[in-house]
Amino acid sequence: MQSEFAVELRDVVKQFVTPEGNLLNAVDHVTMQIKNGEFFSMLGSSGCGKTTSLRMIAGFEWPTEGEVYIEGKPMGHTPPFQRKVNTVFQNYALFQHMTVYQNVAFGLEMEGADKNEIEKRVKRALEMVQLTGMERRKPRQLSGGQQQRVAVARALVKLPDVLLLDEPLGALDLKLRKEMQLELKALQQELGITFIYVTHDQEEALTMSDRIAVMSKGKVMQMGTPVEIYERPANRFVADFIGESNFLEGKIKSVSADEASVFVPALNAELSGVPMSKDFVNGEEVVISIRPEKIRIVDADAEKDGVFRAKVINSIYIGSDTHVFLDCNGVRLKVMEQNHISRLDPHSFYHKDQAVGVYLIPENTLVLKKEA
Amino acid sequence: MLQRLRENKAWQGTLLALPTTLWLFVLLVIPLFLTLVVSFGRRSPDGGVIYGFSFHNYLRLIGYSTNCPAGQSACFDPLYAQILWRSLTLAFWTTVIVILLAYPLAYFIARSHPRRRNTFLMLVLVPLWTNFVIRVYAWMMLLREQGVINGVLGWIAAQFGLPFQPLQMLYTPGAVLVGMVYEFLPFMILPIFTSLEKIELPLYEAAADLGANPFRTFLRVTLPLSMPGVVAGTILVFIPVMGTFIVSDLLGGKQVILVGNLIQNQFLSARDPTFGSAASLILMIMTLIVTYFYTRKFGFGEEIITA
Repeated sequence: MQSEFAVELRDVVKQFVTPEGNLLNAVDHVTMQIKNGEFFSMLGSSGCGKTTSLRMIAGFEWPTEGEVYIEGKPMGHTPPFQRKVNTVFQNYALFQHMTVYQNVAFGLEMEGADKNEIEKRVKRALEMVQLTGMERRKPRQLSGGQQQRVAVARALVKLPDVLLLDEPLGALDLKLRKEMQLELKALQQELGITFIYVTHDQEEALTMSDRIAVMSKGKVMQMGTPVEIYERPANRFVADFIGESNFLEGKIKSVSADEASVFVPALNAELSGVPMSKDFVNGEEVVISIRPEKIRIVDADAEKDGVFRAKVINSIYIGSDTHVFLDCNGVRLKVMEQNHISRLDPHSFYHKDQAVGVYLIPENTLVLKKEA
Repeated sequence: MLQRLRENKAWQGTLLALPTTLWLFVLLVIPLFLTLVVSFGRRSPDGGVIYGFSFHNYLRLIGYSTNCPAGQSACFDPLYAQILWRSLTLAFWTTVIVILLAYPLAYFIARSHPRRRNTFLMLVLVPLWTNFVIRVYAWMMLLREQGVINGVLGWIAAQFGLPFQPLQMLYTPGAVLVGMVYEFLPFMILPIFTSLEKIELPLYEAAADLGANPFRTFLRVTLPLSMPGVVAGTILVFIPVMGTFIVSDLLGGKQVILVGNLIQNQFLSARDPTFGSAASLILMIMTLIVTYFYTRKFGFGEEIITA
């Protein structure tokens, strides 16, 4: 019976003993369901439990509590070589004593496939990652990007139900990384294999994933599509971790179905029509999250709801954008403006202490719980 | 002058290699040449050398003899050929047994917790703090007729009221083999450990991930990647075992004469430096041939299993 989920983690805990002798839940009651054919990313900074979760799916680690299901079957203590998942390792873990061909053929030989079959499939796998002609080279004789492709081919040649990728692009330079991101994504769509992708690079996760699990300290902070995660972060941690956010502290004045009015003491004003994704009650202390690129700088004397007076602290030109830091009644706000005009004229920049208006568009803000 | 030296890489290389080159020339090339010259000569009645050019000594080593029953001027005497063959086979079996014993231990140490690893390595090295000869003497204490092993066996037999005849262990080929294995074990453990330690953990995981069970992982990944250590260890063990004479002298007595003992005898008691020189050169050539074919076959240990 084909399960709806390629991989499922049910209430999984992985406990480690730290060098100091303390118990640590590297993965702390994690539940996730990864659908067939999905490109799923686990995103978080180092130590958040993403790699440990991946290793439990691969079978290199066993959960202390809970269960990992692959294609609906509980894995228990099934060893890695009996699981129908394959891994692309962080530093590729290629067999240095074998040629590219032998590396890719290894998994098929372990299956006991016959020679012709192996030859055919290895050839196709190498075509897929554009390494035709490199069969007889040793990994050492390849560039980083090529080694990475060998690692992908070696795992994909087995036609796994699920491909696990542990920061596979971490060792590549930025430009190559971006190329490989698109290639991997295209490969995944072409093959229809479920990809579970571990990364600490949020842009990478947003670029490639169908869904993302944002993790921190062993817990899943939010799971959702890239748009959901970016536009509707579930809490302050996610809002802060994915992209950047300005936070304004406030108090709920009134709530409707999915909007709230929030009084912000620092601005001495009430912002109304602020979207919210959770239920809040009147009088609750909250924070309002505003993305820097969603704030608009307007004329200092503009009279409009949601426009506040501010002073420029400084502005930084970074090529595609200009980052402007504002002081709004003692609250520091970061604003990103795209440079859609040439900035060659120095007067096109904001200058220090310039008085401006800052327009906080209500539908571009979000109410979040005060604690992270 | 100094300025030129700083700029000239070739000069720097020459200068750096000079001391060792001199050392090797004076202490290896010249003596080797002298040995070659002497080996073609004949023994003088007082144990000196009559220089000449004759293959007599080499012919003696492969069985040509002039010390024959009455009526014959030349006959076949396999004595020395047997000694050479015995040395070769003993060195072979010593190396094989040492590999079989050293590999699992090296593997265990390489995979043990890093904190304990150094302790284990120390334990491997501790015997080397004692003099080589003293360690061989220790084996004599263990193996001789009234030795520790016979003592323990006798005591056990006495507990069961069984008759006990002390085993003849000392002065047997087995004793020499045991002694050789014991003496040279660390020289195999260390290089194998070094090459095993270099194998990164993800490689084992990758093999498992691709469907290899632990046994096949060992055959296809661990063993090939550790072959450089096995090759290095083999060279470190095989060559000295071929030439050593202390172990066979003390544990083998007159029963187990190896080419090392033969050479020693020719120079010290038989006083025939010409025959001793020939035997030395033959030993060296045999060792070189074996090592040459061995390293040619196994290279640096890559790709032996993965045809």
